[in-house]
Amino acid sequence: MHHVPRSSGPLLDRIDPRGRIVAALAFSLLAAVANRPATVLAALALAVLGTAISGLRFGTVLRRLAPVNVFMLLLIALMPLASGGRAIGSLGPLHYGEEGLRLALTIAVKGNAIVLMLVALLGSLDVTTVGHALNHLRVPDKLTHLLLFTVRYLDVLRREYERLNAAMRLRGFHPRANGHTYRTYGHLIGMLLVRSLDRSERVVAAMKCRGFRGHFYLLDHFHFSRCDVPFALAALFSLAALAWLEWL
Amino acid sequence: MNDALVRFDQVTFGYGDRTVLDACDLNLHAGERLGLAGANGSGKTTLLSLIVGLHRPQHGQVFVLGRPRQSEADFREIRGPVGMLFQDSDDQLFSPTVAEDVAFGPFNLGRSRADVEAIVARTLAQLGMQEYADRVTYKLSGGEKRLVAIATVLAMEPEVLLLDEPTAGLDEAARQRVIEILLGLPQAMLIVSHDRDFLDHTATRRTRLERGRLLTLPAP
Ligand SMILES: Nc1ncnc2c1ncn2[C@@H]1O[C@H](COP(=O)(O)OP(=O)(O)O)[C@@H](O)[C@H]1O
Ligand SMILES: [Mg+2]
Repeated sequence: MHHVPRSSGPLLDRIDPRGRIVAALAFSLLAAVANRPATVLAALALAVLGTAISGLRFGTVLRRLAPVNVFMLLLIALMPLASGGRAIGSLGPLHYGEEGLRLALTIAVKGNAIVLMLVALLGSLDVTTVGHALNHLRVPDKLTHLLLFTVRYLDVLRREYERLNAAMRLRGFHPRANGHTYRTYGHLIGMLLVRSLDRSERVVAAMKCRGFRGHFYLLDHFHFSRCDVPFALAALFSLAALAWLEWL
Repeated sequence: MNDALVRFDQVTFGYGDRTVLDACDLNLHAGERLGLAGANGSGKTTLLSLIVGLHRPQHGQVFVLGRPRQSEADFREIRGPVGMLFQDSDDQLFSPTVAEDVAFGPFNLGRSRADVEAIVARTLAQLGMQEYADRVTYKLSGGEKRLVAIATVLAMEPEVLLLDEPTAGLDEAARQRVIEILLGLPQAMLIVSHDRDFLDHTATRRTRLERGRLLTLPAP
């Protein structure tokens, strides 16, 4: 019962999802606590390398990076204003500090490195696989199932929203910046909430009818395969190198 | 006395002060496929949910598999032997993949993993759906979802099936498939449906819910 293709596709797809999640998590932690410029830059280089190997399309990667970097630009613009250090320039009473700029840039590089690595390692997993892998990694049942249920019913909810929205449009509704529009969207969201509540009650009823008493069981098993050994070694070596750069 | 698999004795039930079932009697015997019709909102779904204990009668008694059922523990005993197919398959299918959804019931009944895998394979094969095992449930079409929902119920190896509008929203091919499947099953069934032609094909006896009571209709 595997829906993870293990013998074809890009290199990374053949690696055990559990290994990928652990590696991504360890990398993110290390990159987040890193302080020395050398470590931060090395992390970014590793992330770029990982992305190159992952076989993801360039456009996909850029699309995931875009929102992060909008935030980073804001940070670079604003953070130097708030922190001290030698001023690089000033605008009236506002000083653009060197210390702040260095910090903002470090955060930007770290943030990009983490997102790149997450995209590289986890980007090709579907959410259900991630859910299962988390469960196998002893993440609490409640959290894993929250994730799985969210994924399962997000689509139902979206279709419900689209039906309501289409019905509104068919009756001549055009969103504008006026009270009628806000009220209508209020009703739409209210109706979605009420329907989701109703649905959750029906789902629980259906689960009870099939003997549910609070426990979930997963059919999927992952197996550690031969491809996982080089991956594990490479991950361990890279993480050790990062730690060495940071602390020695 | 009475060897019915499911029996209502003067069951009264309502939501708030709105009475839905009013001293209602019901009998479902082994080998029978009872067709139940009735206007929208007449209480057909409510009647089914009383059988499996999702609601409790305000008066009267519900007998299932020869015993009166009152407490949650009473009803837990019958949730394996009595399988319920919900009107909206999206309510019933919540697991990521088809195989996992079919496995959900047997796991809850305490079957071993090996047993469960065998049951899943057998049930899907019985419905000609072997290739669906690893499909993602929310990406299936309406007809496919209904068939998977039927599989999830059959995997519990029930003695009685309660089917709430099993053909609603299906196209002709899917509807034919459901008819074929139901005709091939040995279980006693209570089939809620508006679809006259469908009931003509499947039901051995018919009844209609009106003003909180069941009327007996002439046999098809
Ligand atoms: N959970 C509920 N709370 C309040 N009223 C309900 C609830 N479920 C159903 N009803 C009402 O009870 C009546 C019977 O509903 P239902 O059993 O779903 O009818 P049917 O399945 O025959 O269409 C309807 O008028 C419905 O509005
Ligand atoms: Mg109904």
